[in-house]
Amino acid sequence: MRKVYLGNHQIISPLGFTSLQNLESVSQGISAIKKHKSSHVGEYYAGHISTNLLDEAFLELGKVEEYTKLEKMMILAVAEVLQQHSEISKDKIAFIIATTKGNIDTLSEENLFSKEKAKLPALAKTLQEFFNLKETPIIVSNACISGGLGVSVAKKMIENESYDHAIVVGGDLVSEFTLTGFNSFQALAKEICKPFSKDRTGINIGEAAAALWVTSVKPKIDAVQIIGEATANDANHISGPSRTGEGLYISIQNAVREADIESHEIDFISAHGTATIFNDEMEAIAFNRAGLKNTPLNSLKAYYGHTLGVSALLELIFTQESLLQNKVFKSLGFKEKGTTKALNVITKTEEKPLNITLKTASGFGGCNFAMLLKKETV
Amino acid sequence: MRKEFYITASVKIKNNEIFKNDRSIFKVNRGLSIQDFLKEAYQFLDLSYAKFHKMDVLCKLGIIATTVLKEDYSSDTALVFQNKSSSEVSDFQHQEKLNDFPSPANFVYTLPNIVMGEISIKHQLQSENAFFIAEEFQPQIIVSHTESLLKNNKASTTICGWLEANLNDYYVFLNYIEPQGEVVFSAPTLLENYIHE
Amino acid sequence: MSNLRVELKEKIIEQLNLEDLSVEDIQNDDLLFGDEIGLDSIDALELIVLLEKDYGIKLTDPAEGKEVFKSIETLAQFIESKQ
Repeated sequence: MRKVYLGNHQIISPLGFTSLQNLESVSQGISAIKKHKSSHVGEYYAGHISTNLLDEAFLELGKVEEYTKLEKMMILAVAEVLQQHSEISKDKIAFIIATTKGNIDTLSEENLFSKEKAKLPALAKTLQEFFNLKETPIIVSNACISGGLGVSVAKKMIENESYDHAIVVGGDLVSEFTLTGFNSFQALAKEICKPFSKDRTGINIGEAAAALWVTSVKPKIDAVQIIGEATANDANHISGPSRTGEGLYISIQNAVREADIESHEIDFISAHGTATIFNDEMEAIAFNRAGLKNTPLNSLKAYYGHTLGVSALLELIFTQESLLQNKVFKSLGFKEKGTTKALNVITKTEEKPLNITLKTASGFGGCNFAMLLKKETV
Repeated sequence: MRKEFYITASVKIKNNEIFKNDRSIFKVNRGLSIQDFLKEAYQFLDLSYAKFHKMDVLCKLGIIATTVLKEDYSSDTALVFQNKSSSEVSDFQHQEKLNDFPSPANFVYTLPNIVMGEISIKHQLQSENAFFIAEEFQPQIIVSHTESLLKNNKASTTICGWLEANLNDYYVFLNYIEPQGEVVFSAPTLLENYIHE
Repeated sequence: MSNLRVELKEKIIEQLNLEDLSVEDIQNDDLLFGDEIGLDSIDALELIVLLEKDYGIKLTDPAEGKEVFKSIETLAQFIESKQ
């Protein structure tokens, strides 16, 4: 079977509208999370993208009033990634969209766009028309693992030679819809979240879009290969994380088996780390069962908040860059061990030789995701 | 070399009628509401699964369909689903309650893949999940994703197909895919069976 | 006084979709989250909503919830103590 590599990418977030700006902000320990106010949930902490800045950036691509916020974010991300591959016919590129709720904000009466926009196929159609694609993009909507699963779908389509290249774009918004939902779960932290820390009090949500090039053509420099990936369901509860970390453990085992490596060869883990009591505890149990308790690990949730359907994609891009730059980013917000099982949480952004890295994610519906990346030196 | 897989069972639910392998096994008056239909189907199948009553329409359909499709499953059975309207029914319910008291029990169901969680719990499946969304059924992506899982031993069998519930209607078409059988698993066959009345 | 207990049973059956149960099936001292009634973590969140919506009581401390939601009796006593 042919190998599949990750290529260039673009991140649109409150920390910047290029991947470079995002990497720099995170290197400097800057968080996108700020205090906001909502008519439904009162004060809350989240990462919002400025509509003005977004419109300014979008001006050169299209009419700002014709597209929703999420569409603009996604189009900006995709346009930049595609630009570097203008020699490849767009019909030869698989186009994959990952999102949980898409344009869900259009269901609100205050939103000026039609409610029809809230339907996910309408989002795919907008992107198809904007980029003039022959085929309708594929949509993956699998809770908080969507962005990672989108890359797995791309990998499979390239492996079986349906396509040579794919572009995976993920995006989700901070909306009253999701805010009120997580609030009813009493899951929202009234501060910047503290993944894996003893004093953690819950999640922040954030908004972002990201696009990533996935290809069968080995990049001449900076080649990062996907060597294993899997998902697994906990079969335990639709919202509560498993007490045994079963699904996450199985997904890691299956990814490791496909990669044909030993778990001790993994140099770094980009964890999910939402900062809820039960999620972080579940992850600690799963990583311990997988023999990864000493592997350096971080969560990026205190930088961005939980960006839902795009989070695993955004964090996969950071994992790719960690490999290429031999650099690990500190797990912002972590103070003291806060799980019953030990973890090696990264407390300092620093240089570190990396060869193989693991990205994981978990979500509602009991779904779990694991993907292993390996740097290929020339 | 190309490895082949087979469709060994199918279930279809539409117009208040359930078909197993194209044979009608249960039917109620088409005038009955979907909730009443689902309740009668639950009784007909003798499910006695209290959790069922807490589920949204999409999940109820998924539980009924997978219960009809096969008696039991191996724990490494993958789920590869697609629909058009995601979790629209629960989305609208949550949206209506935004100004009132949003229900956490309803909010959980505002994701299409929750049905795969419910099915996994009911049949104890700890395997691969993928939920795709499209305006129209895309059998080629369902087949290519399923084949990849089976070929690479990520799962031993797969339940795959279309599971749709929206504000007006519903349509379920799920298939059981195995390494042995008679009907070859392919996109054209899947599409033909999907359309077949 | 027992009216509140019957009312709570009716509300819980309706709100949590406990279709297979009737008011007579739930005893005042039955453990709501034990084997008898079998509620789970989402049900607990729904009960918090029910308390706020129907009785104007806001419960924010999850540890408090654990005691309050033990049985119909503890729930009723809690509501009575707040009124």
